[in-house]
Amino acid sequence: MELQHEVEQFLYKQSELLDTKQWQAWIDLFADDGVYWMPADPAHEHWDGVPSIFAEDKNLMSVRMKRVLHPDAWSQRPLWGTNHVVSNVVIGNYTADGEIVARSRFHMMELRRDDVRHFAGSYRHHLKKIDGGYRIKLQRVDMTNAQAAYDYVLQVWV
Amino acid sequence: MQQKRATDLSASLSDLVQPDRVRREVYTDPGIFELEMQRIHERVWIYCGHDSQVPKSGDYYTLQIGRQPMVMVRGADGAVNVLYNRCPHRGNMMVGDRHGNSGEFFRCSYHAWTFHHDGRLRNIPMMESGYAGTPYGRDNPDCSMRRAARVENYRGFVFASLAKDGPTLKEFLGESRVAFDDMCDRAPQGAVEVVPNCFRVIQRSNWKIFLENQLDALHPSVTHQSTGRAAHEVEKDIEKKTGHAPLSYHMLSAFATVTIDKWDNFQTLNYPHGHCVLTGYMGLRPKDPDTLAYEKTLVDAYGQKRMEEILGVNIHHVLIYPGLSVQSPLQQLRAVRPLGVDRTLTEIWHFRLKGAPEAIYRRSLAYYNLVNSPATLVNADDLENFWKCHQGLSSDGGDWVSFARHFGRDIQKNDVTETAPNCGTSEAPMRNQMKAWARYMAGR
Repeated sequence: MELQHEVEQFLYKQSELLDTKQWQAWIDLFADDGVYWMPADPAHEHWDGVPSIFAEDKNLMSVRMKRVLHPDAWSQRPLWGTNHVVSNVVIGNYTADGEIVARSRFHMMELRRDDVRHFAGSYRHHLKKIDGGYRIKLQRVDMTNAQAAYDYVLQVWV
Repeated sequence: MQQKRATDLSASLSDLVQPDRVRREVYTDPGIFELEMQRIHERVWIYCGHDSQVPKSGDYYTLQIGRQPMVMVRGADGAVNVLYNRCPHRGNMMVGDRHGNSGEFFRCSYHAWTFHHDGRLRNIPMMESGYAGTPYGRDNPDCSMRRAARVENYRGFVFASLAKDGPTLKEFLGESRVAFDDMCDRAPQGAVEVVPNCFRVIQRSNWKIFLENQLDALHPSVTHQSTGRAAHEVEKDIEKKTGHAPLSYHMLSAFATVTIDKWDNFQTLNYPHGHCVLTGYMGLRPKDPDTLAYEKTLVDAYGQKRMEEILGVNIHHVLIYPGLSVQSPLQQLRAVRPLGVDRTLTEIWHFRLKGAPEAIYRRSLAYYNLVNSPATLVNADDLENFWKCHQGLSSDGGDWVSFARHFGRDIQKNDVTETAPNCGTSEAPMRNQMKAWARYMAGR
């Protein structure tokens, strides 16, 4: 029960950091060797060596963050924001390395200029217990609309 | 109002294009868009796909040529056919998925007419009782699925033309064939195979705005500065920590480190039919162990001299007008499918060099993911500019689009227009594309 509560709070915090654009704090939730992965194909099982929408270690996350914070990132100029809802949190087994596997569902609404888009799907977090919290070893994001044509692009993590 | 303007303009198409500038309606007028589909896209050779997308009999992929929904399918005889995705009976689309396998034949979901994969009618339910004594039957071509007028394949890349007459694919491609030669020659086995994933991204802008950006050597250091600087900072950090950053960082940081003045060092070659090549490539042949191991596989396959020739081909982008942008040294391409006057779909594919080490595939895969995925670190700013261009061109704030940069300095060599030394940022590729556009639109 306590574990369920802790993991849920962790996931809510992660969403909050995205929606409030606290990029560095969001990146800090990952372990040093952590990976954020959005597969191009739901059948893919490993992020390495296959086409992916996102397959980012902390260095690449840094590039993305520094890009969006640059004053000349033109696509960042218009008003845009997101709102995440995370739910259906299920704690599964542990990985071979002893990480907690947590599955959940998300819905994200994005506003850019006057356009609203919706993205929804499932998260799978591999969480490493550390003193006073968790670090993400792997976040897999399977978006239901991952394979549909993108009207414009995804600028930051979902 | 809009309709009237379209009609007026189609009567005077020749007034729309001057050697160094173009009227804005060329990008925004729905009537002109319709004419473009008829006179350009539904006439010239359009890229359909790679034959490795459909390896087995019955495998198919759908695609759009101009306004026509088409299906590319592998027949039992091994041939790749391109058909209109339409049942000749009541017009039902034959396949509704983007891709799949249709089994031994196509079967319409409405009344079960069946067709061979070359489009020929196979059977109609109760054909005898329903159609005896009528012209309907296997001998009537109107009862078969219509085929693209012409289909040709160059080194595995399948093109179709919906017009019976016109240049052959080889004649049409001309020197731009280098896109496919360069890509395939880099494989020790002389061929590529598709990586089975297509990234699809919609641009809210006219299709020509994308093509004109592809060889625009002035834009990278402006549009992509934020990504270049961000990647450069992280690249330096990694080098400090580990002594060596992956090549993908260099590919991104070059947008900032190749400053605006240095882009003039590149060159564009402008060919008939609107095709163009941008030369120059940013550090694709480093001396790391992966590259050296790859070079050895090429030496084993072709010998030292030929290996040097192959890796010495100096290309950044090849544009095959009006619908394909190829980055041959990175084995990827973007096919352009106009959806409407202000909406354009790009279909983005990556290829594996047959016989090359895994590390070389992964190197170009990194570029495919970082630059060409729907979470692109690079094209996000291009698409923003394209949208803004289209919005601006829809206004009455001006009538012309200027392509005058380095105009008058180009060097003409037979039918090839080369940019002069230190004129790499010339707008010659845009002038060349519009020259082809005007010729096609005039029906020539």
